[in-house]
Amino acid sequence: MSTQESYLTEDGRTIGPTVMEMKHITLRFGGVKAITDISFDIREGEIRAIIGPNGAGKSSMLNVISGFYIPQEGEVWYKNKKRPPMKPYEVAQQGIARTFQNIALFEGMSVLDNVMTGRLRMMNSGLLAQALWKGKAEAEEVKNREQVEKIIDFLEIQHIRKTPVARLPYGLKKRVELARALAAEPSILLLDEPMAGMNVEEKEDMSRFILDVNDEFGTTIALIEHDMGVVMDLSDRVVVMDYGRKIGDGTPNEVRSNQAVIDAYLGVAHD
Amino acid sequence: MSDNLLFGAEVVLNGLMAGVLYALVALGFVLIYKASGIFNYAQGVMALFAALTLVGIMDGQIPFAHLINAALGTEIHHFGWHVPAVLAIVLTMGVMIVLAWAVNHFVMRHLVNQEPIILFMATIGLAYFLEGFGDLMWGSDIKKLDVGIPQGGSFWIEENTQWLAFGNENFYGFFLDQLDLIATVIAAILVIVLVLFSQYTKQGRAMRAVADDHQAALSVGISLNFIWVMVWSVAGFVALVAGIMWGAKSGVQFSLSLIALKALPVLMLGGFTSIPGAIVGGLIIGVGEKLFEFSIGPLVGGATENWFAYVLALLFLVFRPQGLFGEKIIERV
Repeated sequence: MSTQESYLTEDGRTIGPTVMEMKHITLRFGGVKAITDISFDIREGEIRAIIGPNGAGKSSMLNVISGFYIPQEGEVWYKNKKRPPMKPYEVAQQGIARTFQNIALFEGMSVLDNVMTGRLRMMNSGLLAQALWKGKAEAEEVKNREQVEKIIDFLEIQHIRKTPVARLPYGLKKRVELARALAAEPSILLLDEPMAGMNVEEKEDMSRFILDVNDEFGTTIALIEHDMGVVMDLSDRVVVMDYGRKIGDGTPNEVRSNQAVIDAYLGVAHD
Repeated sequence: MSDNLLFGAEVVLNGLMAGVLYALVALGFVLIYKASGIFNYAQGVMALFAALTLVGIMDGQIPFAHLINAALGTEIHHFGWHVPAVLAIVLTMGVMIVLAWAVNHFVMRHLVNQEPIILFMATIGLAYFLEGFGDLMWGSDIKKLDVGIPQGGSFWIEENTQWLAFGNENFYGFFLDQLDLIATVIAAILVIVLVLFSQYTKQGRAMRAVADDHQAALSVGISLNFIWVMVWSVAGFVALVAGIMWGAKSGVQFSLSLIALKALPVLMLGGFTSIPGAIVGGLIIGVGEKLFEFSIGPLVGGATENWFAYVLALLFLVFRPQGLFGEKIIERV
């Protein structure tokens, strides 16, 4: 199928054209190759998973997409344009939002303030106008607040809006981080192990939120997970990595029956 | 009214004014600490450098004159013009922005994610460098700074407070220095502007975000370098204001950089992270040390102003380490 056309999946979901394409990415740290010649694409509106055993290079891949690492070889294409090497904040300004495996929140700020930072890139009224709350700034702030409140409602964190993030338990912090990323109205949302360290109930909650976000806002989501079970139910298409190489790519069903994938997962001790 | 009561009131008023000047210096510390977690030891020297630059520009001094003369064997010292105060202040601010950029570009940028103690050491280095650089650029002699702020007692206040005497013949109204009064007004405006800036603007929010978590800030599209240059520029601006006020009061000289030491107890009291805290802390120290000197001083042989602030700060460290307004320290175990 062409990368410019939409198509319908087996379970009746419409997947749009390609929004991001990684072409022959190789990433080295000194002599160690973290990623070797990997290519794949992300299409609009889909949930795309990158899975693999620990140390497969998944997080490195996500860091390449979000600009935290610059690959030595290969090209990143975003919205049909080759992306020059960029700083992470420039990538974020282009509409690629992310969460972190170890949670990176502004601990001293309230939940509301944290989520509001997600909207910084949408604020462009003058400094003076903002300080005095006049004219354009007022309308802007009201609009931004509306959007943020909608997301806070959606992720069911209304009750902790004014709480400093440092006081929250782990599961809720993960949700706040998701809210902040969502607030940026990203064209691609990158989730780095959104379910790491969670119990079964929290995992189910998080899965539901990811599906709902994709459904309600039509957000394209790329996520990393090493727990295969959760991912297979969530995603439209899956990239499988092992030792920095791509060993499989396709729908969950295709990947499940791929011999190389089965070997990789059976070959390593895995929780 | 009794002599003591009236004199006490005047002591309090003068203490408040002195406190404002302490607070001006403390503000610069708080700003950088809030935005980058760095305790900027160089803040006092920045105030000195700003004041030196301002005087130099106003008097039309040639920067690095000594160096040029020594290298080329010339005898040049002055351009021979005088720059009006307002223009000179704007130009000095320009110099402070360049300095902010240079500090970030050559020092701080390379120390991202280092321990606070390393950053602190870097600012000590910066302080000594800047001290020498200021001397080299503008010479080390004591200079007079006159930007047109009136000095001396305010007659208006003296005349309008005479009625408080209520028949007391020794009282002729309160004596307050005009410079101190103006400093108070300027400090008030500065604080309002800074609070509005950090709480209600995009850049202010970004600044707080950077202070909290670098990675997270990057992931929401904040440029760390931009914010740091901005923060150091704002600190440079506060240093300039403090430099003008102190410089006009007591001349521009090396000891100006030592006022930074008085800002330390102010910060202990107010909390390192609170702009209003810096002001209130400054006022408490200002009034406290004057009152203490006035009431207890004679009993212990005076000179209590040298140590009172530090003892007060020590008490605060024991009972309320985060200061009056500091962010509560929450530790999850």
